Amino acid sequence: MKTDRWARSLVATVSVLISMAAFTGCADMKDQPHHEPLEYSSFFADGRSSRPLVEGTVARGHLRADDRIYRGLEADGSFVAQNPLVVDAALLSRGRNRFEIYCTPCHGRVGDGQGMVVQRGYKQPSSYHIDRLRGVEDGYFYDVITNGFGKMSSYASQVKPRDRWAIVAYIRALQLSQYADLRSVDAAIGARLEAGEVIDTRRHDAEGEEEHHGTGH
Amino acid sequence: MAQLFHRSANAVARFTIFGGVFLLAGLGYVGWIFAHSSFMTGENVYLKQPVPFSHDHHTAGLGIDCRYCHTSVEESNFAGIPPVATCMNCHNIMWKREDMLAPIREAYAGGDAIQWSRVNDMPDYVYFDHSIHVRKGMGCEVCHGRVDRQPLIRQATSMQMAWCLDCHRDPGKYIRPREEVFTMGYRPTEDSRSMAERLLKEYDVNPGTDCGVCHR
Repeated sequence: MKTDRWARSLVATVSVLISMAAFTGCADMKDQPHHEPLEYSSFFADGRSSRPLVEGTVARGHLRADDRIYRGLEADGSFVAQNPLVVDAALLSRGRNRFEIYCTPCHGRVGDGQGMVVQRGYKQPSSYHIDRLRGVEDGYFYDVITNGFGKMSSYASQVKPRDRWAIVAYIRALQLSQYADLRSVDAAIGARLEAGEVIDTRRHDAEGEEEHHGTGH
Repeated sequence: MAQLFHRSANAVARFTIFGGVFLLAGLGYVGWIFAHSSFMTGENVYLKQPVPFSHDHHTAGLGIDCRYCHTSVEESNFAGIPPVATCMNCHNIMWKREDMLAPIREAYAGGDAIQWSRVNDMPDYVYFDHSIHVRKGMGCEVCHGRVDRQPLIRQATSMQMAWCLDCHRDPGKYIRPREEVFTMGYRPTEDSRSMAERLLKEYDVNPGTDCGVCHR
């Protein structure tokens, strides 16, 4: 009789201990023995679980052999004159999107170099709307984004090659927006503009689309 | 044989039997409160960081987009923690002698990383992917709260399963246009329910509540 009672309390104690162990087991599952991105690791001397790539490593299918696209350079080392990607509305809108994330803090939304960080005391970058920058090749802008210029660091780790070209296309659009030539518009509209009339370009474009429908305009 | 117990013991016995029910319920309630407390979930808990980085200042104050630093949020499960090089894009000039930023400068000079304390940490048995949530019109603010009003960042929600399911069962409550995902303090300009219906269809939002959606 007495041993029976002992046995029973032993079973009870053990089962309580097992269930407690089971609960601590649950807590451990929240943090399993594998590394999340950038997690600390005591295994490596520098404490990083994300290992730096051996220099020159190229993932399959990711060889950046095309110098025109990936460096903005022609075979002779000069800058690519024209954006190697097809510049269409989609690329421009992507360019605007990326520009307003990565470039506006310093360059401002219209590229005048009056971004918020500049207003707070950063060295002011050149405005895009100067003769020198209107005259440079597209590849020049690509190179500056990729490798930095003056106080500006490289944006290669933040902006991917195709997005850099999209930004280049958008910078060109910004330049055009501040430096449109009267001769580049329709003569009739030019005359109206010279007479001092204000033309809503959005409405004009909508009309223009109807007028020139099917003429490839 | 004499009575062992006084008559009043009946009342005590009745009280303890019925009282036991309340006692158990009370214990259960305390347990429930404890399990949902910020002590267990980490909700609203501020962690000590090596540098007191202010999201408030950098986003609301300077207007820097989330993606300037969290570069992989649109295409990866991991939003990305910026390398110190990103800090130095501005802090090579701004506040370059500030003591507060010394750990950043030293790490940058030595090629080291800053060991931030992780604020939002999903349990390892949960599969979570930032990119799909961003693609389907879930704003940062839905899960991370008003980051632009947090000088120090904290876990803004409980991140318990019931919280995940609240949205997975009815994503229309939280969906917003893709262009507004990174906006803080977004208010719908049109009737929110009809907009939600439209966006759910347009973005093909179908989160599912099967176990295997998250526990894979």
